[in-house]
Amino acid sequence: MKNDPVDVLIIGAGASGAAVAWSLADTKMHILCLDQGGWMNSSEYPSTGRDWEAKFYGDWSTSPNIRGRPQDYPINDDNSPIKVVNFNGVGGSTVMYTAHWPRLHPSDFKVKTLDGVADDWPIDYDTLTPFFEENDRMMGVSGLSGDPRSPLTRPPMPPQPLGLSGPLIGKAMNKLGWHWWPSDTTVATMDYEGRARCINLGHCTPACAQGAKASTDITYWPHAIRAGVELKTHCRVREILTNEHGMASGVVYYDKDGVEQFQPAEVVIIACNGVGTPRLLLNSVSGRFPNGLANSSGLVGKNLMFHPYAQIYGFVKEPTDSNRAPPTCLWSKEFYDTDLSRGFVRGYGIQFGRGAGPVFEAVASEQKGILPWGADHHRVFRRLNGHRLGVSAICEDLPEEHNRVTLDPVLKDCHGIPAPKIDYTISENSRKMMAHGLARGREILEAAGATDLCINDPIPWGGWHLLGTARMGTDPARSVVNEWGRSHDVKNLFIVDGSVFVTSGGVNPTSTIQAIALYVADQMKQRLANLFD
Amino acid sequence: MSVSNELTSAQRDDLRIVAAMIVPASDEYKVPGADDPAIQADMLATLGRDTALVAQALDHLAQLADKPLADLDPVRRDAVAQEFRASGGAAAATLVRVVLQCYYRDDRVLRSLGLELRAPFPQGYTLEQGDWSLLDPVKAKPPHLRRAT
Repeated sequence: MKNDPVDVLIIGAGASGAAVAWSLADTKMHILCLDQGGWMNSSEYPSTGRDWEAKFYGDWSTSPNIRGRPQDYPINDDNSPIKVVNFNGVGGSTVMYTAHWPRLHPSDFKVKTLDGVADDWPIDYDTLTPFFEENDRMMGVSGLSGDPRSPLTRPPMPPQPLGLSGPLIGKAMNKLGWHWWPSDTTVATMDYEGRARCINLGHCTPACAQGAKASTDITYWPHAIRAGVELKTHCRVREILTNEHGMASGVVYYDKDGVEQFQPAEVVIIACNGVGTPRLLLNSVSGRFPNGLANSSGLVGKNLMFHPYAQIYGFVKEPTDSNRAPPTCLWSKEFYDTDLSRGFVRGYGIQFGRGAGPVFEAVASEQKGILPWGADHHRVFRRLNGHRLGVSAICEDLPEEHNRVTLDPVLKDCHGIPAPKIDYTISENSRKMMAHGLARGREILEAAGATDLCINDPIPWGGWHLLGTARMGTDPARSVVNEWGRSHDVKNLFIVDGSVFVTSGGVNPTSTIQAIALYVADQMKQRLANLFD
Repeated sequence: MSVSNELTSAQRDDLRIVAAMIVPASDEYKVPGADDPAIQADMLATLGRDTALVAQALDHLAQLADKPLADLDPVRRDAVAQEFRASGGAAAATLVRVVLQCYYRDDRVLRSLGLELRAPFPQGYTLEQGDWSLLDPVKAKPPHLRRAT
């Protein structure tokens, strides 16, 4: 079935798709977004039920392979020590994230120049600054301005309270003389633009029933739809088609009834992030593009970066916030910058964890062997539960072509579309960085008086950040899109998600992903008269 | 067929025994064991997607024990349990998780832990501000942000 043509077709309604849709809406073009998932219903979110923790292991797992909903697609990540986690639906993975909101640092855009590794970005921090600020207003950020070791931000809301866990961490960091600061987060600490303030439901990651955590289904999308953008849900795009001129002509998708449709479009924007985007491009094969669309460089799917997380946690005598607060509240940039005396290049951010709920604590501690079976179980559990502090080093992952997304020859989604396959190894540089992070984490926890230290090295289901698989650059032989997000090969095809990252920095990427999406939209608006030149 | 019917009677018996080995009742803490009928009923009613792995774990347990767990003497039962946990892989981990996730949402257990018997939403929790003066030493240090050039 063929539909009426649209001016702009956006694939994916998550972090970047929502931002680019909202920004382009003021052009008054006919904009359509297709998403493979549906609208979320906050009354069904885990925190509304007594079984809220059990849901994390099933329908609300961060792993699409465990959730297994029709709107999810399977991912073969057997050949990776880090498993992919994401969420599919309106809002995408902003529905299911911790809301931790650092930005890449200015130095992260000049890695080659400063440290002689990887590549510089074709854009710099200053270029993105207005878009970071616009995005912070749209998403609604809380935090404390003035962090001496982070780029200047102006959060419109005050920071989260330190609670019980924050001071324990702060005292330990002060004892060591190391930097720490309240995190910028997209958790509303006061009523903000129709969102209610945080009431500490305690587990931000699997969706916020209060609506205090910013996800794009409740931030960008209402504004974009009011401005005329059309959003069709439960529509899974199979491939992007091209015409005789090598331009994208539209997409083939399966609608909510499973019927194959063709949607013609003048411009196609991909916003499916670092695994979904290369999957779609590699599935879009034609005579002109036999190796997948926009892939003359051969780099589509390559240079996958995850951010290996090295986590250490322990248990203090004092009570911690446990599950009665947003899980992350503080960060440290003490080890963010390159210091070659540490034995590795680049660095890592640290994010601190406030604790866990009773089920999670019991399951994790039993698996680690510190919570015994039998008569002593109760005594030990009471010592552990509500006393956890966590330290995670989020390590900069440098791009390596052998870390990649390809198409699995066997695995397919429920529409028969080939699924992505991940091949990924943790580099020697990252291993050294992780070891350094764990050693510093041990010092922090010991300074806080913690015992029974446990390690996740890496956090196995920690593939939250999916970056680098359609990198931006000025050289068509070394990049997939140009410095303003347009495909080198297909002049009406744009990519706005985490796959355009050249390097990963050592922080959560969503703030930067959305700033890039707004920047690309702004570039498109400035060039509408000659967009395809 | 209901989910609970997907475990055989022998498997349900072994599940009850192994659950009590993981979390026995305690007079000291005034809590039931994980073999409590209400907790067992919760497990069987909510097994759902975990049924296959739990059944696999119980089959592995039965192989190690070679007879119903209830018929083993305590020493042999402990040895089987240790072997089960060491060699049972993802299936054993799933069984243990199912036991714990049902145990630690039981009213009697939560009450014993001093936790409220409710969902987090809509009441939420109160979070104290904490001592913000702890940040003063950090503020006192000179700013340091690596330059991009």
